[in-house]
Amino acid sequence: MEQAHHGAGGGGPKQRSVEIGTALLTLLFGLIVLYGSYIVGFGWGADGPQAGFFPFYVGLIICVCSLINFVHGMREDPQPLFAEWSQLGQVLRVLIPACIYVALVPFLGIYFPSVALILGFMMWIGKYKLPLSLAVAVGVPVFFYMTLERWFLIPLPKGPIEAMLGL
Amino acid sequence: MLENFTYLYHGFGIASDPFNILLMAIGILLGVIIGVLPGLGGANGVAILLPLTFSMSPTSAIILLTCIYWGALFGGAITSVLFNIPGEPWSVATTFDGHPMARSGRAGEALTAAFTSSFIGAFFAVVMITLIAPLVAQFALQFGPAEKFAVYFLAFASFVGMSKEPPAKTIVSMMIGFALAAVGLDMVTGQLRLTFGVTELLNGFDFLIAVIGLFGIGEILLTMEEGLEFRGKAAKIDPKVVWKTWKTLPKYWATSLRSIVIGCWMGITPAGATPASFMAYGIAKRVSKNGKNFGNGEIEGVVAPETAAHAAGTAAMLPMLALGVPGSPTAAVLLGGLLIWGLQPGPMLFVEQAEFVWGLIASMYLGNIVGLILVLTTVPLFASILRIPFSIIAPVILVICAIGAYTVNNNVFDVLMMMVFGVLGYLLKKTNYPLAPLVLAIVLGDSAEEAFRQSLLGSAGSISVFWSNPLVSSIMGLGLLAGLWPLIGMLFNKLRASPQPA
Repeated sequence: MEQAHHGAGGGGPKQRSVEIGTALLTLLFGLIVLYGSYIVGFGWGADGPQAGFFPFYVGLIICVCSLINFVHGMREDPQPLFAEWSQLGQVLRVLIPACIYVALVPFLGIYFPSVALILGFMMWIGKYKLPLSLAVAVGVPVFFYMTLERWFLIPLPKGPIEAMLGL
Repeated sequence: MLENFTYLYHGFGIASDPFNILLMAIGILLGVIIGVLPGLGGANGVAILLPLTFSMSPTSAIILLTCIYWGALFGGAITSVLFNIPGEPWSVATTFDGHPMARSGRAGEALTAAFTSSFIGAFFAVVMITLIAPLVAQFALQFGPAEKFAVYFLAFASFVGMSKEPPAKTIVSMMIGFALAAVGLDMVTGQLRLTFGVTELLNGFDFLIAVIGLFGIGEILLTMEEGLEFRGKAAKIDPKVVWKTWKTLPKYWATSLRSIVIGCWMGITPAGATPASFMAYGIAKRVSKNGKNFGNGEIEGVVAPETAAHAAGTAAMLPMLALGVPGSPTAAVLLGGLLIWGLQPGPMLFVEQAEFVWGLIASMYLGNIVGLILVLTTVPLFASILRIPFSIIAPVILVICAIGAYTVNNNVFDVLMMMVFGVLGYLLKKTNYPLAPLVLAIVLGDSAEEAFRQSLLGSAGSISVFWSNPLVSSIMGLGLLAGLWPLIGMLFNKLRASPQPA
């Protein structure tokens, strides 16, 4: 509503289509909740309300309100942009590395993906030189290793590389 | 009444323990950093640090975490005034006059006014908590499950009525929260529900993960899209400026008082600090003699929203302590903390854990004093943090969020969930779905459902249990009124418009 879309150039997805899409998404979520409640039973059992009783009505309300949002979305002014493609590109430049990072954590632990994420991000998007990037990229995980694992004794996930180093 | 003051006196004894004072200082400093950095805020900052407190005593832990919250409230003002970037949603209104003041070289004045007003707002809110919370708790001791559900209903209904987002979106957001809370093992029947055979969902969704994802990752994505460049004004606060500003502030007592009342009210009903600050700013603009000059660097335009935001942020603790219904997302995270430390929030807390409650209340007084002194002396330091470019801060915050999400349950799957919530948060925020009701619903979902089912059990399934006595009917009535408020307003406008033919 308040997002200022400065810069006349550059197209992008329309706010209206995203609103409609979100409404459909929540509708789908509501239907899943309804189905899930239906499986476990949403009625009145021998000992009171069944497990699906409460979520069933929650799902019902989601569906009804999603439909209202859908209708509102259809009526919206089709002109305003959700965001320009270039802006969405900016978002993807964080989102894609972040997703790769998160996907690597279960296999490599948290430390090495963190080093790679910060290093890559600073050099690729920030255009920093290697020495500074490397310093931050190594410094941050080392800081967390010292404070969390050594001081607070909270273990973080580790992978094969840490095992090789004997940490 | 009098015995409460004895309790409070004991509370001050606990809170002024040197270790606890140290925790306050650490908490405030961490809080300001969290408030200053984009992507980290009160709610997810506290969520990330929560696991570190598992080994502390509950009183020390809550002092640390609440002080982070106060610090974040203070920190929002710094970015608003110096950089025209609201670090927190509730400090958006502070940018309107705070940043113009900074541009005209009055940054020190604006910051002093902001911090002092925050302090005053918080202080009066704590006084109110001290006086009212025990009474509310005592009253709430008589609540049965039906009344309990009615209070939850009132809390969520006021979200629908008060938020500036369309009601249907608020309701969807809230119900998604309730649905997520319901996933996993059903406490009453012992059945698995809504897991669809995915073992990772056995324990349901942890609201801390949701908070870190929705507010943390979502915020980073938003900041990236807006392509922020920090170009701020330098900040220097010397005692002379502070003194000069303090001398002018009493002139605005009426504005402050009004903002305090607005803030306290909006904080108790879970509308929160953000609408409170906007409302206080709007009213001050309309009422003030200098109203026309608002937006060009009027000090009153800093005083009004800051007082209200801090009063609301603090007042949000009242329903959390006395009723177990948090008034803001951060209060919700703190409530989750209480549960983890083995304390049952709600009216019994005042009876069973008097030491904890009054230690906490006393620490609110001390914490805000410590906070005021600390922020006034360390502003330049925090302003320099903001000059670190976003391309360094963003990946570091991502790593912090991931570590925070992992340490909640020592589970890697949670890190993946955090990312999902992050994308969801970005999408919902861009399409004007409010996130606060979603978070509150995840936290309160299980208790609300339990209260609902228990009351229905008592009445053998008849909804009339929610109208069975004057107390529960009046709370439900208030809730219906709050929830239907947008509809009532619309009808009222139509009625008023119809007599005058166009």
